[in-house]
Amino acid sequence: MKKYTDTGKKDTRSGFGAGLLEAGRANKNVVALTADLKGSLKMDAFAAEFPERFIQCGIAEANMIGAAAGLALTGKVPFVGSFAEFVTGRVYDQIRQEVSYGNTNVKIASSHAGITLGEDGATHQTMEDMALMRALPGMVVINPCDYNQTKQATLAAAKYVGPVYLRFGRPGVPNFTDENEPFVIGKAIVMNEGKDVTLIATGHTVWEALQAAEALEADGISAEVIDIATIKPLDEEAIVASVQKTGCVVVAEEHNAFGGLGEAVAGVLAAKCPKPVEFVNGGDRFGQSGTPSALMAAYGLDAPHIAEAAKKAISRK
Amino acid sequence: MAKSFEELQSIATQVRRDILRMVCKANSGHPGGSMSSTDVLTYLYFNQMKHNPATWTREGKGQDMFILSAGHMTPVYYSLLARTGYIPVDELATFRQMGTRLQGHPSVRKNLPGVFQASGSLGQGLSAAAGAALGKKLDGENNFVYCLCGDGESEEGQIWEAGMFAAHHKLDNLIAMTDWNGKQIDGNVDDVAGMGDLAAKWEAWGWNVIVADGHDFQSIAQAFELAAAGKGSGKPTMILFKTEMGHGVDFMAGTHKYHGSVPKPEQLEDALKQLGETPLGDF
Repeated sequence: MKKYTDTGKKDTRSGFGAGLLEAGRANKNVVALTADLKGSLKMDAFAAEFPERFIQCGIAEANMIGAAAGLALTGKVPFVGSFAEFVTGRVYDQIRQEVSYGNTNVKIASSHAGITLGEDGATHQTMEDMALMRALPGMVVINPCDYNQTKQATLAAAKYVGPVYLRFGRPGVPNFTDENEPFVIGKAIVMNEGKDVTLIATGHTVWEALQAAEALEADGISAEVIDIATIKPLDEEAIVASVQKTGCVVVAEEHNAFGGLGEAVAGVLAAKCPKPVEFVNGGDRFGQSGTPSALMAAYGLDAPHIAEAAKKAISRK
Repeated sequence: MAKSFEELQSIATQVRRDILRMVCKANSGHPGGSMSSTDVLTYLYFNQMKHNPATWTREGKGQDMFILSAGHMTPVYYSLLARTGYIPVDELATFRQMGTRLQGHPSVRKNLPGVFQASGSLGQGLSAAAGAALGKKLDGENNFVYCLCGDGESEEGQIWEAGMFAAHHKLDNLIAMTDWNGKQIDGNVDDVAGMGDLAAKWEAWGWNVIVADGHDFQSIAQAFELAAAGKGSGKPTMILFKTEMGHGVDFMAGTHKYHGSVPKPEQLEDALKQLGETPLGDF
């Protein structure tokens, strides 16, 4: 089993900031908009180097989405950044009409996603955002797992022509993927091969799934770990191939039970490869204040819960 | 080439005939606001905007752009796209029919030239127009971006977010228009959710504000001339066009009844007789 090393905790939003700066250097049409969260979104370096291409919108997210669409009409590649809840739920109809139905080349940079936003609590912790964005026709939904992958995903989003929802988080988390690995939209990444169970994860839960796989190995269970960084379009072929081999699957995500990666994978398997599926997600709940790690444990999203779900899945074969 | 006021009057009459014949054929649509904004948009498309249907692209490079924020006013929009050569005039007969490019509200998914952005969910087009104006500024382009809002639509909070944004970013290449007909689907704007002094509100946001008669070509021409002169002032412009919903047909004028419903067949005959025929002819 391949061992992954944490090269030092880094926040995925800083990966976005680094990717945005590099994308800005590569393409003069890249512009960045924010609704009073420049620092939180790590847009400072981009704003300092390209002051004319950094557009402060104030605390007015609805207008920001429309303005981004208008900029995209003229050939710009706008990244609009705010907290995940404020660039999804708050502006769902604006995204639906101006970006998705309007088919404008807007990149929605969604930071502080999920429960690991932490201490600010439930008003700011969206665990529904992927469901909202997945439901929009043609929307690409990406949820990278660490700093390096988020940087590469940002570069890939800048090159892709069309609406993209790019989701990342607030806290420092292990950084363990290859920094030079180009991000391919729509491609599953097999992190570890195994034969007894498939662990499918996305975002912060990928590291947890890798830790779970190590724990399972100690118990004599061989787990295959797949990083689904692109939730939509989903790499159905890779998922079906793995589950055909292992015979059961756990899907882990920092999202609630509805409309996220779990239901997406279950839908594919129900049609093409019906096997036992166990779900690791936030259930039918809102979040609450707490440290990111305490919340991951309390909401059952960490490595021990994934390992437990794996054993349950195997028992149902 | 610019049209005389007399020619514009005749075109506007034909546009109103198109509007009525389109909505009656589809047995649905929004004639009221279409008819209140007919004269303003006829002037805009024939005498004001720098545009070329033959070389139109969605990026709008080197051309003026128009975004219809009040997306339900498609009858007047499509009629003008046809009468200025973006689409065949006969295509107006397909309005709201299955498979048509002329969707109930503007779509960018049907390869319909002249339409830059989808609209229909209200309050959003002004933001897109502001973004496009900013894009043109970043590219060093001199063209204008025009946008038409409804007064009822201005109850949407996003309109005022866009007001703040456009002023803050000094978008003096943005010319917004309000079709100030005082009506919306449920009745008088003042009875539904009165907005007080619209002109004072836009002035307070830091816009150039012009009030004009939206059924008088002289007044419309002067308003656009003033608006264009605002370039360099660092302020976006809002032209509040005083208009009458359903203007041009007596039983439709000044009532909200035909905001989103259509005349009966015998009423259509009466309406077309009131408008009279024009040399352009019907679709």
